[in-house]
Amino acid sequence: MRTRVFLLLLIAVAIVVFFATRWVNNDYVFFAGYTVLQFVVLSTAWNILGGYTGYVNFGSAAFFALGAYATVFLHKLYPLPIPLLIVVGGAVSGIVGLGMGYLTLRLRGAFFAIATLALAVVLQTLIVNWDYVGGSRGAYIIRPNEIALIGPYIQYLFLVMLALVVIALTVARGIERSRLGYGFATIRDDELAAEASGVPTLRLKLIATTLSGALMGMAGAPFPYYIGYLQPSSAFGLEYAVNSIAMPMIGGTTSWVGPLIGAILLGSLQQIATVTISSAVNLLIVGLLLVAFVIIAPNGIVGLVQGWIRRTK
Amino acid sequence: MAGALLEVTGLSKRFGGFVALDGIDLSVAAGERVGLIGPNGSGKSTLVNCICGTLVNETGSVRFDGETVDGLLTHERTRRGMARSFQLPRPFTTLTVADNLRVPLLYTVNARPGRALSPTELDARCAELLQLVALADKRTHLPRDLTQVEMRKLELARAMAAEPKLLIADESMAGLSQSEVDDIVSLLIRLNERGITIILIEHIMRAVMKFSQRLIVLVSGKKIADGLPDAVIRDPEVERAYLGQ
Amino acid sequence: MELSFDLLINAVIAGILLGGFYTAVTLGVSISFGILDIVNIAHPAFIILGSYIAYIVNTRLGIDPIAVSILMLPVFYLLGAGVYQVYYESFERRGQESLRGLSFFFGLLFVTEVMLILVFGVDYRYVEAPYIGPSWRLGVMDFPLRMLVPCIAALTLFAALELYLSYTFIGRAIKAVAQDQLALRLMGASPVRIKRIAFGISIATASVAGALLIIIQPVEPSVGREYIGRVFAICVLGGLGSLPGTVIGAMLLGILESFTATFYGPSWAPAVAFGVLLLTLAFRPAGLLGR
Repeated sequence: MRTRVFLLLLIAVAIVVFFATRWVNNDYVFFAGYTVLQFVVLSTAWNILGGYTGYVNFGSAAFFALGAYATVFLHKLYPLPIPLLIVVGGAVSGIVGLGMGYLTLRLRGAFFAIATLALAVVLQTLIVNWDYVGGSRGAYIIRPNEIALIGPYIQYLFLVMLALVVIALTVARGIERSRLGYGFATIRDDELAAEASGVPTLRLKLIATTLSGALMGMAGAPFPYYIGYLQPSSAFGLEYAVNSIAMPMIGGTTSWVGPLIGAILLGSLQQIATVTISSAVNLLIVGLLLVAFVIIAPNGIVGLVQGWIRRTK
Repeated sequence: MAGALLEVTGLSKRFGGFVALDGIDLSVAAGERVGLIGPNGSGKSTLVNCICGTLVNETGSVRFDGETVDGLLTHERTRRGMARSFQLPRPFTTLTVADNLRVPLLYTVNARPGRALSPTELDARCAELLQLVALADKRTHLPRDLTQVEMRKLELARAMAAEPKLLIADESMAGLSQSEVDDIVSLLIRLNERGITIILIEHIMRAVMKFSQRLIVLVSGKKIADGLPDAVIRDPEVERAYLGQ
Repeated sequence: MELSFDLLINAVIAGILLGGFYTAVTLGVSISFGILDIVNIAHPAFIILGSYIAYIVNTRLGIDPIAVSILMLPVFYLLGAGVYQVYYESFERRGQESLRGLSFFFGLLFVTEVMLILVFGVDYRYVEAPYIGPSWRLGVMDFPLRMLVPCIAALTLFAALELYLSYTFIGRAIKAVAQDQLALRLMGASPVRIKRIAFGISIATASVAGALLIIIQPVEPSVGREYIGRVFAICVLGGLGSLPGTVIGAMLLGILESFTATFYGPSWAPAVAFGVLLLTLAFRPAGLLGR
């Protein structure tokens, strides 16, 4: 199985990344690295729906926040280990994705996009009005300082996110190489012709929304532990919605490599820039890059590189 | 008619106040080559869309291979053996020519009960189909690199890849030169000889006459003739419909 | 809870007035999304832009916000025509509307919001006008002028647009763009030019809607996001492409929201639009008036 080889390779890379970061031995690198990895998961998840099937999800922040608030909710009931919380967060977001898809995907593609855009506003309204999870005031999650075997808790969170990256990339690449990947591509290209070729388009679209939503929820589940104090405005932050679209668009949407490149480039850039310039300027740059790339380089950095290779050959 | 592969009874379709199809009855036997003609806007494409499940007809029923297919989605009908090509070719633009054929193999042939094709068998089947329509050397190209006639052939090959019992070819020759038309007609006849029932919708009369064993004429959503081609084109009502426009 | 008649009738009036204002907010999208099939999710950003222009001119020069917005119509028209040109060249002509075109508008929405934050910060801004504050009373009925004036202005805008679309050559051509490109060519009009004009008009309405918005409530850059759900809910509810349908949809949503605010609390109002949108899509995707 080539997917198995890929998975092993990815795990090897992840282990190297983890120990290299540990060798640097600076907490800030773990904090910044966590955010970049989180964006890798988010943009890969977005791309499974957006890049492969061509359906745009503007509500990444909502799916992410659902995962985060599932954790807050469970944390109040009974403290669970993070891997379990990830499963729950993924399930919640996946189900919401499925429901939204079921209601809107039988219609024109634009309706789904609009509905996801509105979803973020509505979920935020719900959370703000829900006192149990902190309402508009927010909720504190006390994070342990240390964890057995690994040491500092942030290193544990970093490792967890690294594992999610491995999962997300393996799923994305697995889809590309499978029957599902061909099916997704036909939906992106021409749904009528896809149906006529025997592709069950609605079912495939629902699979894509569910998978994509679930991965976003999984990325959000450890977030309360990372940030320590979760407010609706930080969980539903604009940067999630924008980055999870901008990163694949800038990296390239046709394969798993694009979102990875886009997330690492833009994510690191923002981590560096937040230290030097304000976060608003930061987001402005991302927005402008997004607009510029969709107009000038529709296939992103991957497309530019492919074009360059083709020309020099 | 007993033993008919496709049987359409009392099929009607409206768009708002406009009656596109009005009580169509027709039946196609297994192995037949049927031509379907009619002036522009007579409802030919609407009929194809209703038969294939792309549009939902208000009344009437479609039976295929002994079972009613009403209410089934297009992909379910395709899996049962009903394939079509589109009037304007609709290739999967981001997939290579070979992968365009791989899709129906994966989703139709492999979705049917029985043994699924192995990756090597899939490759072999793609190659065979490409050979059949003479596109083997364009295998790794994207559809946008194809010429008009090659695009039409890809469209037919993709429909063929689903291993259909019935192939509905919707104006697969419009805009082609005479030799290209002959090329496609002989391709369709070859496919028919392999046991596939074919309905050909076409404007080019020379092609229709050469191809069809039977001719059905639609005018303003009604079937006005159905019979042997030579007899049908001498039918005064058919002549009036064509000369009258 | 005992339903008091006063409360009920005033909730209805407030809803109708709010609905009138929502008409102004939605008309532009009704043209771009409903008629031209351009999913301009950045429309609320243009509305907020209109609010800030009304705010600047109003605080600096003391001119009435609605007057400002009318003066700004040509500027917004040109802005819209320009945006359409970019959209057409980059996406529509290449057949990439769905993924990249949508992302383009999302980028515009986002960039506009962030720029406004950078320039004005996240403080709420408001305008001064004689009709902000006083109220007409008719028996138990209460008509706050702050809502009544925008409602009348919005309905005037609707009437003007409906007349324009029904009785002028270009207006009829705009309506034809949606249904019949062939008829359009027979009329001797280029679809791209007609769409550019129509999109310009659609963005021009944002100027007026923006001024009305800042009359009704103080505005900060991210307020626009609340309107995305509303605008599209109204559009779909009223039936795509129908301006009278838009008015009806807007009134319905206004009344629903007003009831929600009166009986459950205003913080729930934003969720109403989304519920309406999802229910409409699930049960009557052609809209209330559609077949």
